[in-house]
Amino acid sequence: MIPHMDLPVITETPPDLDWWLLAPLITVFAAGVLGVLFEAFVPKGRRRGLQIGLAVLALLAAFVLLVLQVGSLPADEAGVTVAAGVLAVDRTVIFFQGTITVLALVSLLLISERRDGRDAFAAQAATVPGSEEERAHILAGSQHTEVYPLVLFAVLGMLMFPASNDFLTMFIALEVMSLPLYLLCGLARRRRLFSQEAAVKYFLLGAFSSAFFLFGAAMVYGYAGSVNFGEIRAAVDAGGARIFEGGNGEPLLLMGIGLVAIGLLFKVGAVPFHNWKPDVYQGAPTPITALMASCTLVAAFGALLRVFFVPFGGSAESWQPMLWVVAVLTMVVAAVIAVTQRDVKRLLAYSSVVHAGFVLTAVVAGSTDGLAGAMFYLAAYGFTTLGAFAVVTLVRTRDGGQELGDLDRWAGLGRRSPALAGALALFLLAFAGIPLTSGFIGKFAVFEAAVAAGATPLVVVGVLSSAVTAFFYVRIIVVMFFRDSEGEGPTVVRAGAATGGVIVVGVAATLLLGLYPGPVLDNLLPSSETGPEPVAVMVDQASTQTGTE
Amino acid sequence: MIPWLTIAIALPAVGAALVWALPRTAAKASPAGAAQAAEASASTGGATATAVRPAATATGAGGSAETAKRLTLGFSLATLLVVAAMALRFDTSQAAGLQFEEVHPWIERFGVNYAVGVDGIALVLILMSAVLVPLVVLAAWNEHEDRPDGGRGYFALILVLEAMMIGVFAATDVFLFYVFFEAMLIPVYFMIGRYGRGDDRTRAAVKFLLYSLAGGLVMLVSVIGVYVIGGSFLWTDLVGEGSALAAVDPATARWLFLGFFIAFAIKAPMWPVHTWLPSAAGASRPGTAVLLVGVLDKVGTYGMLRYCLELFPAAVSWFVWPVVALSLVSIIYGAILAIGQNDMMRLVAYTSVSHFGFITLGIFALTAQGQAGAALYMVNHGFATGALFLVVGFLVARRGSSLISDYGGVQKVAPKLAGVFLVTGLAGLALPGLAPFVSEFLVFVGAYAFHPVPAVIAAVGVVLAALYILWMYQRTMNGPTKEGLTGLRDLSARETWAVAPLLALILVLGVYPQPALDVINPAVERTVGIGSGAADTAAAGGSEGAAGAQEEEGDAE
Repeated sequence: MIPHMDLPVITETPPDLDWWLLAPLITVFAAGVLGVLFEAFVPKGRRRGLQIGLAVLALLAAFVLLVLQVGSLPADEAGVTVAAGVLAVDRTVIFFQGTITVLALVSLLLISERRDGRDAFAAQAATVPGSEEERAHILAGSQHTEVYPLVLFAVLGMLMFPASNDFLTMFIALEVMSLPLYLLCGLARRRRLFSQEAAVKYFLLGAFSSAFFLFGAAMVYGYAGSVNFGEIRAAVDAGGARIFEGGNGEPLLLMGIGLVAIGLLFKVGAVPFHNWKPDVYQGAPTPITALMASCTLVAAFGALLRVFFVPFGGSAESWQPMLWVVAVLTMVVAAVIAVTQRDVKRLLAYSSVVHAGFVLTAVVAGSTDGLAGAMFYLAAYGFTTLGAFAVVTLVRTRDGGQELGDLDRWAGLGRRSPALAGALALFLLAFAGIPLTSGFIGKFAVFEAAVAAGATPLVVVGVLSSAVTAFFYVRIIVVMFFRDSEGEGPTVVRAGAATGGVIVVGVAATLLLGLYPGPVLDNLLPSSETGPEPVAVMVDQASTQTGTE
Repeated sequence: MIPWLTIAIALPAVGAALVWALPRTAAKASPAGAAQAAEASASTGGATATAVRPAATATGAGGSAETAKRLTLGFSLATLLVVAAMALRFDTSQAAGLQFEEVHPWIERFGVNYAVGVDGIALVLILMSAVLVPLVVLAAWNEHEDRPDGGRGYFALILVLEAMMIGVFAATDVFLFYVFFEAMLIPVYFMIGRYGRGDDRTRAAVKFLLYSLAGGLVMLVSVIGVYVIGGSFLWTDLVGEGSALAAVDPATARWLFLGFFIAFAIKAPMWPVHTWLPSAAGASRPGTAVLLVGVLDKVGTYGMLRYCLELFPAAVSWFVWPVVALSLVSIIYGAILAIGQNDMMRLVAYTSVSHFGFITLGIFALTAQGQAGAALYMVNHGFATGALFLVVGFLVARRGSSLISDYGGVQKVAPKLAGVFLVTGLAGLALPGLAPFVSEFLVFVGAYAFHPVPAVIAAVGVVLAALYILWMYQRTMNGPTKEGLTGLRDLSARETWAVAPLLALILVLGVYPQPALDVINPAVERTVGIGSGAADTAAAGGSEGAAGAQEEEGDAE
């Protein structure tokens, strides 16, 4: 018997789209498409400048639109859904989107940086590494200006990811975000085989995790009879869709939650789904690593928070134990492995895994304060990590001038370029959560939420893990400042305006959010006054269903 | 109303910024120079480049380093003046309560305030810090001349540290206290790791940082717990009968107490978490060691008094005997290890482990004399040990070594130096007439009133103190003058000025400690009230304390 479900009746009238609320996404999308057209029709020499200008303009415009949108949200409600309920626009979503846009802008500076007329990307990615053909392209000064539209598409996916209000949209966002990133990872100018290996690894594992996500979404559909978050939430509260009288649909829901969680935890890089992170972070061109470490992480956590708090918010007791285990594993395993790392990019990758663990403690808290803590943490971490990767792009070997990943050879950097080493030291101290930096406020915010929600053991694990991570951050400082270089040390290429700008932004944000976080905490983040449950500030209802009823 | 405390915190911070931002003749040229050097080494090999650079920096840094020192001294003296002016306005009759209070909201979401204020204990500790800093600057005047920056970074770090030291004692918001408590590690870390002595300094600095950081992170859990339960960070909201924190169940209170206590025990170097101190002090410049042992470690004992006891009165009785036992172990263990040291810096560090044992013993004796003695001991120890480190530093500056075995017969060639060494040493072993005697005596009286056995055991520490101090003096100052020491300079005017104020303070406080006690006593009475109240309830609840006492007695016999 085919179960009867309340399927929306398909009518002739097209759904009523609120173009204004969709404008930021459309802007980025249109700019991406335009960028592709530029590739086709604009002469080679003029493409780069045009592409950069377009990308910067698009992101700026998107950010301005997002800021303006806050004012047009209904004052007494958290927000609204648009496009027949597939996307949510509330203050939380706008905060995530705004953060992603700003971080993407800053990463774009890093991506566009050129030294001696060369950027960080391969001259012609399709050529075999080391071949005659490749040499010809390098000599001819070829470059991949497709990078910019690809970045824009990735950013579009990132903007959609935390805003999705149903699982299908979320899956599309996931793919729109991931596919360009797979490509971008393989475009490194130097150590190309390494880069391509990273891209393949990322693609295979990423495709795998996407499949998990999709399978989970199907399970949830089976349980709830809908992919819409609002309806799933209602079904979870009611104990399943109408066919599951008596609550015997529970296994479907649990499988669904587990599989969807795997897909999302893969994207944030939580243990045991973290294995791609060190390899991909190390192999990818550093500007792209910076983009992934900041924007992708924010987007992925935005989506993860939304999924656990909105559709699955009613069954917290079934996913919280799982996240407890994942959070503990993430904080402990990654911290311990990180201690043995000798390559700076791998180390930062493991550090990013540990930070994901810290944010997960706030997810476990399951409260509005937890949500706010996670949001602050992600924003603060995004700026700091961008700055750290910007520094990495500047430290090079003496021969050949490729980036110098080996930490032991960073000795004496503090003496050679005190400002650069000082900036990196500040970022590392922020990662370690030393007071007066943004990292401390973030850590306090997530841990406070977790303790308030009764997850004190998790916080104890968290602080112990912090103590371990402090060890390897401090070790970098030791190498830079307290040790003299033996033999030839690193060279530091002069920071161009773009890279310098990224570092300055990183330092400013790290200090400002550490010393005076009040404005962000009080004004931009949801407060528990609206309700202890995060769903009070996260929209889920398909409220503008003009065309579907 | 003048915001005295904020001025006292801001002044050194501004000074540090100025010292850092001084127009550096050398540094201005150095980016270009470094680039040139890099190019040169790329093209012609590194030899010429490395030869050019130190020369360039040395000539350029000389002038700005001199300015940096004067600026640092000026700012630290100005801070001392501000603190002294504040101390004169302190109303002794109200010393139990907080004075010079300022409360400004900082992070409203978490209820965090920039809240400062001092009671008697905090006031004397701030005064002590403000006295020590200019003397340290004076003593360190010529220490870093061989460094490319002429030690400018070091002096800036001293000022940063001073701001944080005053802040940590003045904070009346638990969050603010924690911020200063943790942030203050960073300048010290660089002072040891970058500007320290010996090859081991990196390891010592990392060890120091990781120990303190680990303690601080454990404390963070308790800080959060206090906020979640108490609903506020303001110290004035948290203490007292009516506060939400007072109503917490005893088991939770014990955990929270323990979180704070672990951090403070690491800071105060208490056995068995003291191991970072000897290596850190051994790798420090004498000036760094003065601030590290004289002031930073006091934050630990101050925190026990201020936060452990006052925030969790219900948990205190449960911890009294374990802490007293640990204090006794620290006293004896520190003294015995001090006797065995050949390195004077490490020796003084171990004596401090022993002295901190006395301080914690006094605090956890929960008697008025014990705590007053402990609070006074914190100040006296700062002056006495500070002076001892400085004198050892003078020796190190002359001979380049801090090993006892490298010295001998110094008294004949440098009588003034030897005399000062003797007086500070005698202060260290608490000779009557010198300041530490008063405080040690009070601790004994207090401990005896608490229970005779700990007092008797602690007395052994006094005998051992005589041994390690006098033996060190004998081996370094008496006997035939060692080779290479014949031309040893006696104290210079600068050095005399650096220790003379400390000697004067040690003598004055030794003969006439009343002004300090007048300020300390009312504040201590408040803590005693809280602690003994808890002790009373424990006593009423059963003979737990007495049983513990008998066990301890059995152990002692």
